Amino acid sequence: MNECCTTNNNENKKINFYIPLFLIPLVVVIYIFLERGVNYFVFEILKLDKGSHLTEAIRFFLYDTPKVLILLTVIVFVVGIIRSYFSPEKTRKALEGKPLFAGNVMAAALGVFTPFCTCSAIPLFIGFVESGIPLGVTFSFLVAAPMINEVALVLLFGLFGWKTAVLYASTGLIIAIISGWVIGKLKVERFVEEWVYEIKAGDFQMVEQKITFTDRIQAGHTAVVDIVSKVWIYIVAGIAIGAAVHGYVPENFMASIMGKSAWWSVPLAVLIGVPLYSNAAGIIPILQALLEKGAALGTALAFMMAVIGLSLPEMIILRKIIKLPLIIIFISVVATGIMIVGFLFNIIY
Amino acid sequence: MKISILGMGCATCNKLEDTVRQAVKETGVDAHIEHVTDIKKIMAYGVMTAPALVIDGKVVAAGKIPALADIKKMIGGK
Repeated sequence: MNECCTTNNNENKKINFYIPLFLIPLVVVIYIFLERGVNYFVFEILKLDKGSHLTEAIRFFLYDTPKVLILLTVIVFVVGIIRSYFSPEKTRKALEGKPLFAGNVMAAALGVFTPFCTCSAIPLFIGFVESGIPLGVTFSFLVAAPMINEVALVLLFGLFGWKTAVLYASTGLIIAIISGWVIGKLKVERFVEEWVYEIKAGDFQMVEQKITFTDRIQAGHTAVVDIVSKVWIYIVAGIAIGAAVHGYVPENFMASIMGKSAWWSVPLAVLIGVPLYSNAAGIIPILQALLEKGAALGTALAFMMAVIGLSLPEMIILRKIIKLPLIIIFISVVATGIMIVGFLFNIIY
Repeated sequence: MKISILGMGCATCNKLEDTVRQAVKETGVDAHIEHVTDIKKIMAYGVMTAPALVIDGKVVAAGKIPALADIKKMIGGK
């Protein structure tokens, strides 16, 4: 089974370059006519009642599912191509010798685009420390990398509009920059395990392979297969929940406990969110349901950021190289940042 | 030939090992495969992403799983 899949992958390599080219016009056409198509299908073919809850729920589901999946595929593909231009090694070079604040800004921005997974957190951390990058700058990177996530961005854009998506990305960046800067000011070097400083990293001697544009397209394609196959189920579930609660659960069900008037809901949301761990796609259905039923945007966003930005597994991995006090400082600084964002949103909206 | 897989036991690292074992089996190359999980040893190669693939002391891939056919080429199979 394994063999068949992998060989398949390799033989497709040459064809893949053309598939996106053919698909682009098709996708654009579908996207433009989607709403009209769904309306026609629901009202003319199925002849459902206009204005009934059930019709609205069906229409919402039929329209949002393809819309979000198309957006997701396109963005993941593009991000996959962009990411192929970045690597942790290049990011480290770029950050070497940068002064504290400028370094934090760059690290946060690079954190968004550099391919990174939690299992690489330790080698990356040591690699940064080794080349003299300040701890504060390293933390800006470590906060931004998981927090600003393309899947979350797409879903927020698709389901809640571009304003929410922009606010999420920009406040996420600001949290990463400021928390890293604050941690840098706290002089926490002594809370890094001593052996980290003793490691003599070898020179990176990877045979640099030439990367052609076809390879980058391939990288985008791999990202789509990888990510979309993992998250589509959560997305469909999320939209289904959204559609189901659309007309059935009372509008202000959540308002009393997660609405604007309950100020304590923001710290509570963060407190609950930090130990929870989920990927961005898994958390969106919950967000959808919360917002739909009157939870305040700031509270919901703070919850989401706490879940995807700070996670228990990541802390356990980081504990191998940094001592407990620094873990606690790291969590508290970032959590405070998230709470401030939550409060701010609740005040603005 | 000595093939090392550098990784700290994450799922992707194990998948890389499986792929390498398959490549070795299919090409019939005589190779010794080891999975390095000690972070100090990993860092000695200078890689910053896991998993990484090392063939005879040279890092040939980092932070990704190369395709089976590419691994076969790297280890000198046809």
